Amino acid sequence: MSILIDRNTRVITQGITGKTGQFHTRMCRDYANGRSCFVAGVHPKKAGEDFEGIPIFASVGDAKAATGATASVIYVPPAGAAGAIWEAVEADLELVICITEGIPVRDMIEVRDRMRKLRKQTVLVGPNCPGVITPGGAKVGIMPGHIHTPGPVGVVSRSGTLTYEVVGQLTGRGIGQTSCVGIGGDPVIGTNFVDVLGLFSADPATRAIMMIGEIGGTAEEEAATFIKAHVKKPVVAFICGQTAPPGRRMGHAGAIIAGGKGTAAEKMQALEAAGATLVRSPADMGATVARVLGR
Amino acid sequence: MKIHEYQAKEVLRKYGVPTPRGIPCFSVEEATQAAQQLGGKVWVVKAQIHAGGRGKGGGVKVAKSPEEVKTWAGKILGMQLVTHQTGPEGQKVRRLLIEEGADIERELYVGIVVDRVTQKLCVMASSEGGMDIEEVAASTPEKIHKVFLDPEKGLIDAQADYLARRIGIPEASVAKARTSLQGLARAFWDCDASLAEINPLILTGSGDVVALDAKMSFDENALFRHPEITAMRDLDEEDPHEIEASKHDLSYISLDGNIGCMVNGAGLAMATMDTIKLYGAEPANFLDVGGGASAEKVTAAFKIMVSNPKLKAILVNIFGGIMKCDTIAAGIVAAAREVKLGVPLVVRMKGTNEELGKRILAGSGLPIISADNMAQAAERVVAAARGARS
Repeated sequence: MSILIDRNTRVITQGITGKTGQFHTRMCRDYANGRSCFVAGVHPKKAGEDFEGIPIFASVGDAKAATGATASVIYVPPAGAAGAIWEAVEADLELVICITEGIPVRDMIEVRDRMRKLRKQTVLVGPNCPGVITPGGAKVGIMPGHIHTPGPVGVVSRSGTLTYEVVGQLTGRGIGQTSCVGIGGDPVIGTNFVDVLGLFSADPATRAIMMIGEIGGTAEEEAATFIKAHVKKPVVAFICGQTAPPGRRMGHAGAIIAGGKGTAAEKMQALEAAGATLVRSPADMGATVARVLGR
Repeated sequence: MKIHEYQAKEVLRKYGVPTPRGIPCFSVEEATQAAQQLGGKVWVVKAQIHAGGRGKGGGVKVAKSPEEVKTWAGKILGMQLVTHQTGPEGQKVRRLLIEEGADIERELYVGIVVDRVTQKLCVMASSEGGMDIEEVAASTPEKIHKVFLDPEKGLIDAQADYLARRIGIPEASVAKARTSLQGLARAFWDCDASLAEINPLILTGSGDVVALDAKMSFDENALFRHPEITAMRDLDEEDPHEIEASKHDLSYISLDGNIGCMVNGAGLAMATMDTIKLYGAEPANFLDVGGGASAEKVTAAFKIMVSNPKLKAILVNIFGGIMKCDTIAAGIVAAAREVKLGVPLVVRMKGTNEELGKRILAGSGLPIISADNMAQAAERVVAAARGARS
């Protein structure tokens, strides 16, 4: 029916006392089954208080024990965000979605290393991502809920507003989404394209996958290899940054062509060779998905 | 954030990496004094700019007398140094590094990057020093040797020695190479670098291993914990538009085209640039106004865009999800009035309160061209830019 989250997911907000955390917790609570989904907040000094009826606990461990929550969303400022991720991983949550932008790469290398060494099973999405939404079920993140509608397309992207753009195009054509996952624009992230493609492949409700990549790194090339070997469903791909100059960081910390590597052209070539349907113009993303779905 | 070679060498020396003795200089007098202070018979006069390829561009010269130091310093200081990284207009040289000459037996390469796949630091070394490492990677990839670092351990002795031996360091100098490689790796980790390169790392006639050049750049997200690195920022090396944008928390990059773009979100901004290109024109800039674009930010963005003399038209592409289109429209109208906008403006807005936003734009009395989707917006802005040109 969906991937990563659904109407039964129970979520802890880390950073619920900050302005961003409060604003988006409110928006998420008001979306679909959000009232049941958002069950706790965390703040080390505000245990026992509440945010508009959502109880606040001293730690993720306490919040999990008291509410049975299995997921968290992080709005903690960059300097403390890696620590917040680790707290959630240590509490063995199943899913941690980190929205925070601007976390030092070194902090992420350390967290990811510890997760691997201690064989933690927690799925980390992000950081520097819009989050995950299962239209009609639950929204855990900062995307505008109202542009989404339930349906057969899985969306995965390194970008925020560009994901909203494709969702807007899909919904405008009456094509809904199973789930939309923002994996984030940083160089060191948790869940990657390959992980999400695997989940969409195994999800019976997902009939086509829309993937949005960008310049920098080789995540799209790895996705291409995975698509060729494992994905039987149609994949439509768009890579942004075709006009980006080398050596310049295009907004996202990870969006940089370094040493002549990570260009849009290389990524598009790899995905096309793997059998994905490539979209050249971002204005055509929705139309192309409609075509592969036979609409 | 990038720093100069002499600053990178200061950082590396703190971590035990040997470098030639050298003195940074800002004038010809300082350069000649530096040569005297350093003593010896051979000096190297090195232009300090943030771009690579300085030697080929004529920014690095060997002097065999203090008079020659003076001559070269006079020629290099103030020149527009053109390298493959500066663009055709070059970069003005404002600082020099005067160094003692080195006895070069062999030129090697060592560099560190963050490897996204393994999520570890990757130390790369090659026997082919002094060359562009990208060329080495393309033509003889087997000559680049790599090790990946356990974040808890750093570059361990066995890894450092392995690299040293693979790049042809003689057995007697392996311990010295280890010192340099481990110093570089520790400097990278401790200072939150995003790139560090010693090219060339030299083996001297007496078997020492010395960093003859050094390049470091740093993770901007970690500068908050490194005031000493932040203090090395040289604003003269940065684009004035980009400096102004960073003051307003805008992400801006100058490009060569003539169509200004203002977009919310980095991915959508890149996609908007791509669409402009598909319609046969070139973007003048990358500009991400971020999630919470206030009227103040939009005005700052417009001011920066219109200060570009090449500008022929502006495309604003906003996906108003959380941000409301009417708020943005009001900001655009205010900004266009404040900067007395003299080029065509095409606005594409989508999302919350879209109709209300469009009404504000239409009712403003300003000649704003509206578009319903990205393709139409690009088509219209390209046509408008062509019209403005004739």
